[in-house]
Amino acid sequence: MASKDEILAGLAEIVNEETGLETEAVQLDKSFTEDLDIDSISMMTIVVNAEEKFDVTIPDEEVKNLKTVEDAVNFIDNAQA
Amino acid sequence: MSRKVVVTGLGAITPIGENVQETWKNALKGVSGVHALEQDWVEKYDLPVRIGALSPKPAEDVVSRVQAKRLDPSGQLSVAAAREAWTDAGFSGRDADSSDEVDPTRLGVAFGTGIGGVWTLLDAWDTLLEKGPRRVKPMTVPMLMPNGNASSVSMEFKARACAITPVSACASGTEAFYQGLNIIRSGKADVVIVGGAESAIHPMTIAAFNSMQALSRRNDEPERASRPFDVDRDGFVMGEGAGAVILESEEHARARGARIYAELAGAGLSADAHHITAPATGADGGPARALREAMVSGDIAPSEIKHVNAHATSTPVGDVPEAGALRAAFGDAVDEMAVSATKSMTGHLLGGSGAVEGVLAVLALTERVAPCTINLENQDPRIDLDVVTTARELPSGDMVAISNSFGFGGHNSVAAFRSL
Repeated sequence: MASKDEILAGLAEIVNEETGLETEAVQLDKSFTEDLDIDSISMMTIVVNAEEKFDVTIPDEEVKNLKTVEDAVNFIDNAQA
Repeated sequence: MSRKVVVTGLGAITPIGENVQETWKNALKGVSGVHALEQDWVEKYDLPVRIGALSPKPAEDVVSRVQAKRLDPSGQLSVAAAREAWTDAGFSGRDADSSDEVDPTRLGVAFGTGIGGVWTLLDAWDTLLEKGPRRVKPMTVPMLMPNGNASSVSMEFKARACAITPVSACASGTEAFYQGLNIIRSGKADVVIVGGAESAIHPMTIAAFNSMQALSRRNDEPERASRPFDVDRDGFVMGEGAGAVILESEEHARARGARIYAELAGAGLSADAHHITAPATGADGGPARALREAMVSGDIAPSEIKHVNAHATSTPVGDVPEAGALRAAFGDAVDEMAVSATKSMTGHLLGGSGAVEGVLAVLALTERVAPCTINLENQDPRIDLDVVTTARELPSGDMVAISNSFGFGGHNSVAAFRSL
């Protein structure tokens, strides 16, 4: 089980790997589309990589609700439980 | 009179060089890019063919780590070759949007491939089998589609006139010259980035080409395996890489003060409608007709042609008809032509081959030297051509150099370059 800090750090690595954004840019209050300029294809890649990294399932219909990094961290945190 | 089209930039990433300069230097030295394949899948599948001509990976400042994840290996090679050609052409910015001297809506792309993103396709299939549908990457389709390379080059350089993909097997790269020539002649664009790329050295493609008896099995002597026109040739060697050329209307090139390598004087295209893999022979066969069309298209007399970069793949059935087609189209003038078979060094880059060989033909013209044909120890007596074994000086004065490509499916294409 990863802590919320670990989830954030892991997510930042996944985002960096996919988009080249610095990991420090991936903050809880950032919006994936507005602030980080992540398109839908990159978002799906990030979701699938996060599923594997944290051993969780993120249903497709849930992805549209993950607007900010914090949304994603919280979802993964709950899904781990 | 239609617009003259000229060559103003060259790019290549090949088994014998990471750029044009290195490729050309090695083509004059006679360096082989064919080596034993050391990937684990060679043993794993006990492949009967264990040799290939691999290309260097593009440098990270040309294709970034993030960009590389969104491009099939053939797309990465395409962007790398096109970047070199773009820079070589002397445009002021990184792309058309940032270069005053070219209008993005007047910049086109014609970038060919034989197979497209075969690595992406087969990796995705492996992922599906091993991990299930959820793990198949969302970028799979855009990376595997054959037009992906033309699209990537168009996006990289903000080319908005058109982005087309000649797909005619091993003739694709040369067909790109034909399409680029006509796009500029028609007035649709002023500048076209033409080229071709392939990255298809995969155990499945090796198995498939091997099944049709197309590949050399000279596994114990990789560097001697690709031997066009030699009596002991036993098939082609798969290669990977890309070539790219900036074509430009002469008017446009002169207006911006560009360095001009040569004129793309003419090009030919034909279809055999004969056999899916065997070339059509004789004076009315597709290859001879494509050669004649290139002459008519460029108002070229056979006596002007002093150099031929032959298709010459090193297959037992393919090399002989090419010699016949050259003589059928050009008559005895062919005796004055220095013929080079550079696949002897690069291996066969499939859809990339015509683009790389076009680059080499342009350089032969400007540098006045014909590159090597290595491994030609006993010339097949049925091949009545003056084949250049070690780099040879070409005559001074006006001349034409041509590059031929013939593909499975009966696709034939020819590009003819004239000195300016």
